[in-house]
Amino acid sequence: MPTLILKRLVMTIPSLIGVVIVTFLLTRALPGDPAAYFAGPAASTEAIEQIRKSLGLDQPLPVQFVDYVQALVRGDLGTSLTTGQPVAAEIAARLPASAELTLLGLLVSMAIAVPLGILAATRPGSMIDHACRIVTTAGVSLPVFFTGLILVYVFYYLLGWAPAPLGRLGIFDSPPPTITGFYLIDSLLAGDGTTFMASLKQLALPALTLGIFALAPIARMTRASMLAVLSSDFVRTARACGLASYTVVVTYAFRNAMLPVITTLGMVFSFLLGANVLVEKVFAWPGIGSFAVEALIASDFAPVQGFVLTMAVLYVALNLAIDLLYGLIDPRARMDA
Amino acid sequence: MTAVPALVVEDLAVEFRTRSGTVRALERVSFAVPKGETLAIVGESGSGKSVTAYAVMGILDPAGRITSGRAMLGGLDLLAASADQVAAVRGREIAMIFQNPRTALNPIRTVGQQIADVLIRHANVPRREAPGRAVELLRDVGITDPARRAKAYPFEMSGGMCQRVMIAIALAAKPSVLIADEPTTGLDVTTQAVIMDLIGDLARDIGMATIFITHDLALAAQRADRIVVMHAGHVVENATTAELFARPRHPYTAELIAATPDAAASLAALASIPGSLPDLRRLDLPPCRYAERCPRRLGDCDAALPAAPAIPEHVVACWNPLS
Repeated sequence: MPTLILKRLVMTIPSLIGVVIVTFLLTRALPGDPAAYFAGPAASTEAIEQIRKSLGLDQPLPVQFVDYVQALVRGDLGTSLTTGQPVAAEIAARLPASAELTLLGLLVSMAIAVPLGILAATRPGSMIDHACRIVTTAGVSLPVFFTGLILVYVFYYLLGWAPAPLGRLGIFDSPPPTITGFYLIDSLLAGDGTTFMASLKQLALPALTLGIFALAPIARMTRASMLAVLSSDFVRTARACGLASYTVVVTYAFRNAMLPVITTLGMVFSFLLGANVLVEKVFAWPGIGSFAVEALIASDFAPVQGFVLTMAVLYVALNLAIDLLYGLIDPRARMDA
Repeated sequence: MTAVPALVVEDLAVEFRTRSGTVRALERVSFAVPKGETLAIVGESGSGKSVTAYAVMGILDPAGRITSGRAMLGGLDLLAASADQVAAVRGREIAMIFQNPRTALNPIRTVGQQIADVLIRHANVPRREAPGRAVELLRDVGITDPARRAKAYPFEMSGGMCQRVMIAIALAAKPSVLIADEPTTGLDVTTQAVIMDLIGDLARDIGMATIFITHDLALAAQRADRIVVMHAGHVVENATTAELFARPRHPYTAELIAATPDAAASLAALASIPGSLPDLRRLDLPPCRYAERCPRRLGDCDAALPAAPAIPEHVVACWNPLS
């Protein structure tokens, strides 16, 4: 297993180099002039030129690229022009908020979609199968911001069950000491039940919003892959051996059906990172998505570069995790190492 | 018949509902297999051999429906029993091995675990002792280095070894009836003989009745005490192996024997049966489904099938049998 991890890590280096080059070129090719934006609408041409020079934007592209890579190697992602904060620090502060939300959303949707898919596959044509179809169709056809607004309207405005959608904690709560940056985990580590409940309440609606969005692909893939496995020869063998139906469905069928589901989970996770932006806007979530969108609108290229690079690294890490998980489940995948 | 029958199938009929109509896959299928004997079910692809086995095992596709019949295993009618009752005897009293052993085993579970699953379920083996017993069973089916092989996955084994594992799984609970559905398909010829010998030996050891499904009449002749010939979902003839080859009475059986390759005969002497199986969705299917291919067809053939004789020593479903 350690050699497998090392091998996969080495294999990610070319894709990371590619990501660095592409993000650099893309941010330079964006419309809008950062120097002009930074100088403000009243600035003179000379002032803009001055700023351009101080930012190094007057240099030819290759020189700018070398500067960028040298800074990257030092762990310096540049400084945001709009906030004046180092990008690395901003991302480090905001990434856990997004990651906590996305992971919880994924958990919520798995907790609903996987059992739903299994039940639908074991009873094709039944009520639960139709329910599965309706839920998945509804899940894909509702945009996340819409689901989010509806949930806020129903659970906050009408019923009053949820707190105001104003970020990770209520106004009167203080964040737990930072260890992982995940409030749920940090508050548990600090033994602070009140903060845990407070952050869980804040998380519930946005996580549910993301969960509903992610429901459809996971439930569909679980159902399709379970149906395929249930009609396979080895499940027929397990049935012919008279194994208990729980053993047949869970130990024999589901473990085999999990492989495509895990692949889908990886894809869904990256979709969710994207869908996050809208959810973060609706719930005033201090996440990385809203940060990147604001920077993009302001032609603030350093945060955009930093964001894309962070996402790429996350994605690579995610794929690595999925590969390793595959190896854990399927002995045939271990043979490639 | 002197011996006590281990499994009696009577008047079995199975239908499949499909979008293009109802397929009447089996009709009036009856046979019995005594303890310790081997019965072969022979027929072309699509003649209903495997469907018969699946219906008896209760593992028919959900589209399939058993419309009549009994399958008596001891005192239990497998076709009338509840799903729980059938699941309890499947693997314990009646077991099945399949063609294509490599796909018939769970690809991501070690073969030892797969044998242990059956032992825990049926042989009252405690969970902790099951892996050890699984290794013993692997040794019984002639796998060398069974302790190491028990930890292997099916993809790490040859087809022949996978079939040995399949046999170990099927026989783990020492069933009284074993159904072997083309167990040697996909194996090379030498392995085929070894696997057939293994099944025969193990069946003799535990006094088990074996139903052996094949399209290979020659193989059936070598291995079976009695042969049931199926055509298009009907049993056309049922006789002891010696009797069937000495005096085939149904025209289809005779043609089938003539169409069996023989090392001594030339290729030119090899006959083929004209026509093909009728479409079983047809509404105007003749009572005898062989009638349209039959050189000995009479007027009576279009009226009804002859009733089964009272003494089922040699059953022929034909109005104009060969004498």
